[in-house]
Parts: sequence; C-alpha cells; structure tokens
Amino acid sequence: MAAQEVRDADLRVDGVAKRYGAVVALGGVSLSVAAGEFLTILGPSGSGKTTLLKVVAGFEFPDAGRVTVGGADITDVSPAKRNIGMVFQNYALFPHMSVARNIAFPLQMRGVPKSEIDRRVIQAMALVELQGYGERLPSQLSGGQQQRVALARAVVFDPTLLLLDEPFGALDRKLRESMQLEVRRLQRRLGLTTVFITHDQEEALVLSDRIAVMDGGAIRQIGAPDEIYDRPADDFVAQFIGESNLLVGEIAAPDRVVLDGGTSVTVRGLDGGHGRVRLLVRPEKMAIDSATNRFTGTIVEAVYLGEAHKLRVKVAEGVELLVRGHRAVPTGARVTVGFAPEDAHVIRGAG
Amino acid sequence: MTPADRVRRRAVGSAIVLSVPAVLLLLALFAVPLLRLLALSVEGGSLVAYQRALTNELYLRVIFETFKIAAVVTLLTLALGYPVAYVMATSGRVWQLVGIAFVLLPFWTSILVRTYAWMVMLGRNGVVNRTLIGWGVIDSPLPLLNNLAGVLIGMVHVLLPYMILPVFNAVKKVDPNLVLAAEGLGAPRWRAFLRVTLPLTMNGVAAGVTLVFTLSLGFFITPALLGGGRVVMIANLIEEQVRELLNWAFAGALSAILLALTLAAFWGISRIARTRSA
Ligand SMILES: Nc1ncnc2c1ncn2[C@@H]1O[C@H](COP(=O)(O)OP(=O)(O)OP(=O)(O)O)[C@@H](O)[C@H]1O
Ligand SMILES: [Mg+2]
Repeated sequence: MAAQEVRDADLRVDGVAKRYGAVVALGGVSLSVAAGEFLTILGPSGSGKTTLLKVVAGFEFPDAGRVTVGGADITDVSPAKRNIGMVFQNYALFPHMSVARNIAFPLQMRGVPKSEIDRRVIQAMALVELQGYGERLPSQLSGGQQQRVALARAVVFDPTLLLLDEPFGALDRKLRESMQLEVRRLQRRLGLTTVFITHDQEEALVLSDRIAVMDGGAIRQIGAPDEIYDRPADDFVAQFIGESNLLVGEIAAPDRVVLDGGTSVTVRGLDGGHGRVRLLVRPEKMAIDSATNRFTGTIVEAVYLGEAHKLRVKVAEGVELLVRGHRAVPTGARVTVGFAPEDAHVIRGAG
Repeated sequence: MTPADRVRRRAVGSAIVLSVPAVLLLLALFAVPLLRLLALSVEGGSLVAYQRALTNELYLRVIFETFKIAAVVTLLTLALGYPVAYVMATSGRVWQLVGIAFVLLPFWTSILVRTYAWMVMLGRNGVVNRTLIGWGVIDSPLPLLNNLAGVLIGMVHVLLPYMILPVFNAVKKVDPNLVLAAEGLGAPRWRAFLRVTLPLTMNGVAAGVTLVFTLSLGFFITPALLGGGRVVMIANLIEEQVRELLNWAFAGALSAILLALTLAAFWGISRIARTRSA
C-alpha cells in the first residue's frame, strides 16, 4: 500500500536513507504528515525509528533524501534553527537546572524578554499541571513529572513540529495511560503536528490519527489505525499489530480458497485473482459454532482476560487457531470454530 | 536491621580490615616524619622560626611567588587541558585510547628525566630555538631556560595529566543527548557547550584545579633545574635550609607553613566548587 499523498503536508520526508557502516538504518523512507496530524511510527527495536526522528530533528544528516517542513527544505538547516520540539526517550532534562530554568531554556535561546519568559514558563507549567514545581531540580521529580517537564520544554516555544521518541517507555502502565491521554489532549489543544515513536502497538492504536509501521529501515504500511488493523498490507504488519490467525492457501474459485491442510473456505475480496494468498482472521472474528468456514478441534488453552476469554484451539497437527469471545469453554473440550466470509482479510502473494 | 543493612555493615567491616596495611604504611612513612618535622620547628618550645618566616620580606616574597606560579600553572593547564580532555572524551573509542596513552605516557618516565629533556629542548641552542630560527620566526634565541618561562613550561608539562584526566572523566559522564537536546531547543554549538557541558563538568575542573594547584605549591625539581636559581619556590627554600644551612628548625617551620597553605588552598577551592555547582 503506497503512502497516500497528504494535502497540506506539514512535514514531508522524501527518500531519506541513512547507513551506519554496513547497517542500513533507513533505506529510502518517504512519508508526509498533515498540519495538526498525530502520526505514530511503530516498529520493532532496531527498525530505524529513532534514526528517522534524528534526521527530522537535524541530529543526523541523511545519506540521501530531503526533509521539508511547511514547504521549506530544512535538510541542511542546523538543529538549533529548525524550531522543532523534541522529547527524548530518557527525557534529557538538564540536571543542573531547575524545572523553570529547563522550560525557560528554549525561550532564552530565542532572546525572548525576561518578563515574557516568566509568563510563558508559568503558562507551560500550568499546561502540564506542574504549578509550584518551578524551583525543583529534575532529580527531585518522579518519572511522570520529569516526562511532563520534558513535554512543557518541547512545546513552550511554539515549535512547528513536535517529535516524541518513546516518551513513555520508562513509565508504569497506569501512568503511561494517563500520560497518553495528556499528550493527546495537549497536542489537540495546541494543534501541533506530531510524530510519535513507540513499539507498543496498543499505544499506537489509541493515540494516532495515522500509523506508519516500520521494519528494517523501511515503512511497511501507513494508514489510519483501523485500516492498519483490519487491512494490513502484509503478514509482518498483521502479526505486529494485534493477534492474528494467518491461513495459507490457494485461490480455487472467485470466492473460494483451498487451505494447505485441504479445507476449503469461502471468502470475499478475492477480486477474481489467483495464486497463493494468506487469510487474516482476527481472534475476535473467530466464533464458536460459526455457520460458515468451520474447523473442529480441541481447546488446548483457555485464558480468562476479564472482558473476554481467549482460547487456543488445535484443529490439525501444528495448526492452532486463536479465538476471542465471551463463552467460557474448558480446556480439552471439542469445539467447532469458524468465521464469516467477510471477516477474512486477504493478503496477496504470500509464500 | 534489614538484610541490606547487614550486608552494608559487613562491607564496611571488611573495608576497615582491608585498609589496615595502607593506614599503617601511611602512618609510618608520612605521619610520623611529619610530626617529627613539626616537632623540630618548635625546638625548645619557641616559635622563633615561624616568626622569622612570616615577617622577613624575602621569605614572604618566596611564599607569594610560589602561589603566583601555582596559580599561573593551574590556569595554563586548565586552558590547555580542558580542550584536550573535551576532544578526547567526545571522539571515537580508538582516538580516545590513543589520547589516554599519550596523556599517561609521561607518567611512566621519571620527572627528573623529563626535566632534563626540557633543558635540552629549551636551551639557547636547544631544539625549540633552533627550529624557530630555522623557520625564520625569530632572529636570536629566546630566553627559555633558567627563568620563569622555563619553569612554567616544565611544570605545565608535568601537571597537565592531572588536569586532563579528571576533566576527561567529567566530560565522558555528560549524556550526549543533553547536548543534542540543547541544540534542538535552539542553542548553537557554543551556547550548548557553555550552558550544558561546561557546568556539568565543573566538578572535574574543580578536581583538576585542586590537584594541579596543590601539587604546584610543593614543586621542587622543575624550578630547581629549569629556573637556574632565579626562580625560588618554597620547596627550594626548604631544601636550601636543610642542605646548605642545616637549619632544621627553620626548614620545619617553612614545611608547616607550606602544609597549612596547601590545606587552606584545598579547602578554598572545594568551597568555591561546591557553591558553584549548587
Ligand atoms: N550511532 C549509530 N552507530 C551505528 N549504528 C547505529 C547508530 N544508531 C543506530 N544504529 C543502528 O541503526 C539501526 C536503527 O537504529 P534505531 O536507533 O533507529 O532503531 P529504533 O527503531 O529506534 O530502535 P529502538 O526501538 O530499540 O529504539 C539499528 O540497527 C542500530 O543498531
Ligand atoms: Mg529508538
């Protein structure tokens, strides 16, 4: 799936490549982010996410490609002149400066008059709910508070772009969720064009207007969260986001696929093609006692998740299906599971 | 007492046991002679030696000169050493190792040998003067030996590693992301350095300054050999009192004064460093 063109693009990355010795960190990445959009870059460790962000921020010079912000080419502009707010993975707060001085730093660098600096620092601290913490040193703050200082410092100077590199990596789950909401609220309120990095797929689905899935220095797919989840471009994306059942087979008729195990299933969306395909069926689309595309097997694992039950059903030697539903079924029980023809997403050209 | 406390207490206990030999050695080789020297300085219960040292203009001049030389040497090593330490700490692993090797190399050579080498280098017909004349930079040889310039060159050379190593250590500890963050927030390179790297390396600077300054105060060989008798520091004065005049009481008093001044300098510098970093 090609990156669709975004009209009114605020950030545009064009064919950016970067290698470190023999390691290709970025192999010609292109993407556009619209003004005010929240784009998340999602990918496994070492996929090049940080490198891409560093190129945009100006900390790394790309071997090839251009970076444009608001129509102006900034590839050769020094980081100090880019006016981009960035939150680092470890926050990078200045340990020898108080909270207020940390937040004042970008304003001082811009020669803002003292009285206005004071006013804007107070405003920024209120924005992230840190009133009264101005005189503390970063080491006297909790992880979540440090995170908020980093955020305030990154937005206080009205940047044209906000970059966040796995900002919640070090926080516990509860704090993480409240910070996610806070960042999103702040971003909407300030209308900031934002690029956010994470390797947490849930976080990506919750926060983003669009998600770019990266692997091996390339973007595999870029699109809205539901598009990525429901219609992944390839099995890497399918398996990286959410849980999935991938069924491999061969197209036999305009609406039929014969799976490698010999079972024949009915699906939509084959569009008269032929050859080998993979069918992606999400666990929540698998149903017990389905009317169509039935498989019979034994439950090998049943996990209660609170809001649902997760079942692992062995339907053939080496073939297990994941089912997510509301019925509690004990391990060892024989069940029939299946899916509706419209609930399978077809991935083409699968080996 | 929690298990952690117990472990900590046991660690403290074994630390004490392990430090016994070193403490004994220090007592025998350092504390005892020092006390004997102090006893000598107040021979017969009189403070005449101190009175003489602290009122005679000649001796006061030497004390003042010693401090002045120590201060100048400290400033020079800081000015030369900080950039070297900074470049070393911010370059790649290989260059870092090469740099450390070059800094440490002189440590393995006797200070006497190095000082004689400077005499060869700095003389009227020494390598430095001949090279400069050869290049046409100067017409007649520069007076680099048997004067203050020679002493300063020699001392800076000997003391430079004591400045470079602590500063190197401090620069290495600065998270490179902090500098990037500063640049990203709008600071040009030099401002990022002044506002972030420099303040965060002040503890290393303080350590280097303390070491170099206090070591300078007690320097003996370098001023003796490169100063040609024209540069007299306290240590040279003490040596002269002992070797030529056998005046142990006066030498003891001078030593006590040197020790007191060194401790005062040490205390003063660390106080300044502490208020600066707070
Ligand atoms: N300064 C560097 N020198 C050498 N190799 C590097 C450097 N920075 C990154 N790399 C390599 O480039 C690749 C991409 O790294 P990058 O930091 O962009 O990954 P990432 O997606 O941010 O990973 P993570 O989720 O672990 O932070 C990796 O293989 C990494 O080892
Ligand atoms: Mg990273």
